[in-house]
Amino acid sequence: MSRGTATDLVYLVAIVGFILALKGLSSPKHARAGNLAGAVGMLLAVGWTFSLPSVHGDSGDLILMLVAMAIGIAIAIPAARLVKMTAMPQMVAIFNGVGGGAAALVSVTEFIALPSKTIAVYKIVEVLFGVLVGSVSLSGSAIAFAKLQEIMTGRPITYPAQQVVNAVVGAGVLGLAVATLVTASTPLLVILLALSLVLGVIFVLPIGGADVPVLISLLNSFTGLAVAASGFTLNSDLLIVAGTLVGASGMLLTRMMSQAMGRSLPNILFSAFGSVVTASGSEVSGDRSVRSGTPDDIGVLLAYARKVAIVPGYGLAVAQAQHTARELAEALADRGVEVYYAIHPVAGRMPGHMNVLLAEANVPYDQLKEMDEANPEMQTTDVALVVGANDVVNPAAKNSPGSPIYGMPIINVEQAGNVVFLKRSMRPGFAGIDNDLLYDPKTTLLFGDAKESLSKLVSAVASA
Amino acid sequence: MSGGILGYVTVFVLAAFVGYEVISKVPSILHTPLMSGSNAIHGIILVGTMIVLGHAHTPAEQALGFVAVLLATLNVVGGFVVTDRMLEMFKAKPADRGAAGARAAHGESGGSSAGGSTEGGDR
Repeated sequence: MSRGTATDLVYLVAIVGFILALKGLSSPKHARAGNLAGAVGMLLAVGWTFSLPSVHGDSGDLILMLVAMAIGIAIAIPAARLVKMTAMPQMVAIFNGVGGGAAALVSVTEFIALPSKTIAVYKIVEVLFGVLVGSVSLSGSAIAFAKLQEIMTGRPITYPAQQVVNAVVGAGVLGLAVATLVTASTPLLVILLALSLVLGVIFVLPIGGADVPVLISLLNSFTGLAVAASGFTLNSDLLIVAGTLVGASGMLLTRMMSQAMGRSLPNILFSAFGSVVTASGSEVSGDRSVRSGTPDDIGVLLAYARKVAIVPGYGLAVAQAQHTARELAEALADRGVEVYYAIHPVAGRMPGHMNVLLAEANVPYDQLKEMDEANPEMQTTDVALVVGANDVVNPAAKNSPGSPIYGMPIINVEQAGNVVFLKRSMRPGFAGIDNDLLYDPKTTLLFGDAKESLSKLVSAVASA
Repeated sequence: MSGGILGYVTVFVLAAFVGYEVISKVPSILHTPLMSGSNAIHGIILVGTMIVLGHAHTPAEQALGFVAVLLATLNVVGGFVVTDRMLEMFKAKPADRGAAGARAAHGESGGSSAGGSTEGGDR
């Protein structure tokens, strides 16, 4: 068997591993095995690549390669291991961004190395696509990271004529790409790279924190396509297949995620959701009265209830309050109160994020109820304790067709006997929409950090 | 390049269909792990960066290749480790209920449970 055939075979096995990984990750039963299959495929592909004469031929380059990998591993493993579960989404964003950056660099380097004048046009098109999409993915992911890490505001950043500016920059990038295609000039390519980075930034700025997860999924798909473009440039079936798999499945996943939020993808990307309504929201709350309770009042309410639903949201995730929530649930259960958690599919920072957080806090599995399972229970629930959530329990999604979240499935806490909101302030949720339920007579509010409020409730329940 | 550009385009189109079909129905609790897992898979660009660095002739190409290998390594290693940590959280649930072997029997929570690593979480 020739070396070329052997290489193709090993790469084929790796590709099968990647397909099994995606397949496995889409069912709860096989998720972990799937991820392992992907990792094994990756290890095989990378390990075999070392045996290629063109890769290990030059010992100087080989040493550089090993040093770069050692540095990468030394950074990535501690970063991925030590990061808190609540910070996972931004970790995914940053690992995705560097992948896009690597794809862009491969394309740039190949462009420089191309023998001039003799290149087919499609070769340059592939390079340009890799540079453009890889760079957008890199800078876009960096901004997404900054938003989720709260280095910058999670609110949409808007300015006058934003859509026009974005369109002009987008057109500029395309024009520059054509110019680079015609002239095959390296300086133009560098300018294209820089402008693509700018495009990634301004594309992400108007997208609000709650929508960033969908954006990360989209950028993940972009990186896949950039990798596929690098595969065309390098004549590598392996890169084309793996990149395209991620590109296609990422697109589908992005659509599924926006559907779970009851929104369309263009609406998420271009509407600067949540920036406009914010102002009017705080206005409205000024002239209506809300009832805020003391921890002791609420503690008594909870302690003497028969059935309590805890509805965790983004605020719980931010305050790292999942352990305290479990303590409260245990304190209530000790008094004979039936407690369950009602989990909205998009509660937390990403779809499915809340399940992960609560599992980390050792919440018993049978207390977790998905939305469809929890909603029928609400009518017989005495107290719904909403911890740092707002939009996912906002009845406006059912009642007011004009509302931006109209049509989004919600947890029907308004059907419970009493509703308690633990909130940091009267500020509306991520969607920036006021919640009528806050002004309902059966609603009590407790202001403060979710974790502090919950621990106050734990002691209040103990003394009730 | 025996197949020529058309051969690669064929591969591209077929892979696009496979990618689309293979994740046809994903429960929402797995959206985040799936995104993270596919993020790790496009780390295959590492192979591309290795080839580029292997071909590098000038110091500029070497520098670009070096950075590219570094970034791609971050993507691969970080991607798989983060995904594994997420999935480990799902595994933890049946174990809590006292099933000694933690045989993931529950439909919703699943996941193989052979691994005995202890990082992440305070179980």
